[in-house]
Amino acid sequence: MPLLYTQSLRREFGGVVAVSDVDIEIFKNSITGLIGPNGAGKTTLFNTITGLDYPTSGFVFFKGEDITPLPAYKITRSGIARTFQNIRLFKEMTVFENVMIGRHFRANHPHIVKNKLINFILGRIFVKQEEQDIYESSLKWLDFFGLLDFRDEYAKNLPYGKQRELEIARALATEPEVLFLDEPAAGMNPQETDELMVTIKRIRDLGITVVLIEHDMKLVMNICDKIIVLNYGRKIAEGTPAQVQNNKEVIEAYLGKTDE
Amino acid sequence: MLNFILLIFIYIGIYAISALGLNLIVGYTGLLSLCQAAFLGIGAYSAAVLMTAFHFGFWEAMFISGIITALCGMLIGIPTLRLKGDYLAIATLGFGEIVRNIIVNWDSVTKGPMGINGIPGPELFGFMFSSMDKISWVILIWVIVGISYYFVRRVVRSRVGRALEAIREDEIAASAMGINTAKYKIGAFTTGAFLAGIAGSLFASYNQSVAPLTFDFMMSIMILCMVVLGGLGNNYATVAGAIIIVITSEIPRLFGISHIIPPQLNQVIFGLILVLMMIYRPQGIIGRVKLNYAKILKKEILNLEK
Amino acid sequence: MNLFNIPHNELLQHLLNGLTLGAIYSLIALGYTMVYGILKFINFAHGEILMLGAYAGYYVYYLICDPSQGGSFVIFAFIISLLTAMVISASLGVFIERVAYRPLRKAPRLAPLLSAIGVSIILMNLAALFFGTKSRKFDYPIDNTTIQLDGTSITPNQIMILAVGLIMMAALKLFIDKSKLGKAMRATSQNQAVASLMGINVNFIISLTFAIGSALAAVAGIMMSLEFKLYPTMGQMAGLKAFIAAVVGGIGNISGAMLGGILLGLLETFGVVILGIPQGLKDTIAFSVLIIILLVKPSGLLIKNIREKV
Repeated sequence: MPLLYTQSLRREFGGVVAVSDVDIEIFKNSITGLIGPNGAGKTTLFNTITGLDYPTSGFVFFKGEDITPLPAYKITRSGIARTFQNIRLFKEMTVFENVMIGRHFRANHPHIVKNKLINFILGRIFVKQEEQDIYESSLKWLDFFGLLDFRDEYAKNLPYGKQRELEIARALATEPEVLFLDEPAAGMNPQETDELMVTIKRIRDLGITVVLIEHDMKLVMNICDKIIVLNYGRKIAEGTPAQVQNNKEVIEAYLGKTDE
Repeated sequence: MLNFILLIFIYIGIYAISALGLNLIVGYTGLLSLCQAAFLGIGAYSAAVLMTAFHFGFWEAMFISGIITALCGMLIGIPTLRLKGDYLAIATLGFGEIVRNIIVNWDSVTKGPMGINGIPGPELFGFMFSSMDKISWVILIWVIVGISYYFVRRVVRSRVGRALEAIREDEIAASAMGINTAKYKIGAFTTGAFLAGIAGSLFASYNQSVAPLTFDFMMSIMILCMVVLGGLGNNYATVAGAIIIVITSEIPRLFGISHIIPPQLNQVIFGLILVLMMIYRPQGIIGRVKLNYAKILKKEILNLEK
Repeated sequence: MNLFNIPHNELLQHLLNGLTLGAIYSLIALGYTMVYGILKFINFAHGEILMLGAYAGYYVYYLICDPSQGGSFVIFAFIISLLTAMVISASLGVFIERVAYRPLRKAPRLAPLLSAIGVSIILMNLAALFFGTKSRKFDYPIDNTTIQLDGTSITPNQIMILAVGLIMMAALKLFIDKSKLGKAMRATSQNQAVASLMGINVNFIISLTFAIGSALAAVAGIMMSLEFKLYPTMGQMAGLKAFIAAVVGGIGNISGAMLGGILLGLLETFGVVILGIPQGLKDTIAFSVLIIILLVKPSGLLIKNIREKV
């Protein structure tokens, strides 16, 4: 059974159908690419799955459970993390703090939760374990991305490529099982993109399933196990990179009809 | 003269407590609330009713009023789940007006436009605080200012404060990080209202009376000015703001020229403060103190650094 | 009291009163909605522009005529004072935008709102300092003897308010839908950057929006002072309620503001008569309507729900 799948997921804005009855299946420990021309509904699909938007109809199942009605924060807590197309870091916070926020809810140590009030009054005794966990795991993720040297910089002062990495680090700090990346290579130069490919593979090697929207075909074709193609909100093809590359409908979607 | 200065410090203290609460809502969480005066009013009236009609002692009344006001804060916090920026501001303003309307019209409890008189002072280990004895009042109120300050400081320097900051920066990103933004936003409103409720009961007990017209929109603006003037998201700047604003508005009385200077002039000054601060120094005179949570953690909690 | 045992002439009376109030709210709401449509910001000082417009009209009116004498000259003087008030309010609106809002156009959203609240407080209190806090009556330019119609009484003043309101709204709707400048305004509210690329002078359009909204507010202010009274804080409550009307109709939507104003006027009138809400709690109606609409359909009646784009 797939780790995450959708059942005729649909999102309409007024009369416009942004996502039209899409079924996708994401298998554990795979890298899935979601491609399609601009306005094909890729980001809307991401938003409806991750709870930032609600579908008009249809369902999202994760680990066998229906997560469609859950708010975004509960979906994240269930093990789905994401990044944003237009980078939504906490700009006025430091690199370290951004990752700490990602770790925020995971650090609910069982007996801290139970004794919330006592914990607040007594202060540091219980808080210590909780905060130690946040501190250490944040350091771990910063190290994973080689961002340790930047930890006290404000997020807004990082170079663009590093901001993208920080956003992924922040998402990983929530300890997800599935990571959704919305155009992770956008704005990167070829060398940075190459590094990103390595990073995404390293993330997969940690046992995390990756789903990504990307326009950089080199990246998509190189690292994805499976590719799903959307056009006008509909899924028009899916398969291995080779299968998708030779699909007539996909070529038409990208280049326009050839028989005219 | 000394009495008058003590009086000013009593008022500064009461306003500082409310302003600290508002700073938590506006400065740290980034939600513009225009009903802090209504919270003060709810606190003052609850304390007044509890102490006069039900003969509660001051401390119990203060605590219960704080809770009642906090519940009202929770109530107004609920719309904040769906409202953004200006809409929220208007909703809180509307809430403030509703509260004032209810206070004026609910005669059987609030005595309507007459207000409630004969509110007793606090008693501590047999010592009665009387309104004549301003020095003890100054001490009492500033001890509570100190506690409130420490309390807000603890909150904003903790994990909770980090979450509030993230919500202020980017609410959608915060919710995508698994933060229950609704809980924190309502929490900020509840806590801010609680502090205003405490300040309100002090206000009622010190003045020995409450009247509905005191807690109007202008009072909310005055408290907002204190927070904005010092610097949003900075507690000691907020207290400094309270000192400056209260002294500014009391200067005419201080120099005995209140009959020449009309009260409207004060309000013109508050208006000017808001406009000029926004244009020339939106961060406030002192400005926001960016807390470095990684350093706080290292130093205060994990003791990794001496 | 129940809706069904009110005699129909009385019902008609309340309907008329509600419509008159609603027409005034609509005129004010238009200013909020137009500015919000373009700048996505609540011009908190709109109520004070209304109040100052009313005072301007008042002073011009009494400068050039003595209303107690009646006659056609008084009507002429009234029209002149109405027009002067519109011009003064329009200039004031444009001036405020230049001084207090334009420098903050790129600032975080809290900044212009706080600045607007500041402007509102300054104007309200300056008015109290200069004009005094006592309320004044604006004398009717026309004979205001009540006309009895089948048990319903209507004053010429009410007829005038309804007529003026209707004409102004129709003219505005026509201007925005049909004229070239109206088209430019709509384009600017859709996307400022693109509009300016298309050769539209965005700053001019914003000033124009403030001018039109403020002129309409001046008209509403004078209508209010005729029907009710004139005092320095008159703009505060009227402004808030008109804003609520704009939200009810769907802020940013011109027709919505008109609809919302009328609805709110009717609700307030009938809320007191039918639901038996005490007169003292009348203002609570509007705010409760606001909170309910914000919770149920925050985008307003005439706008489809749109979620923030991620």
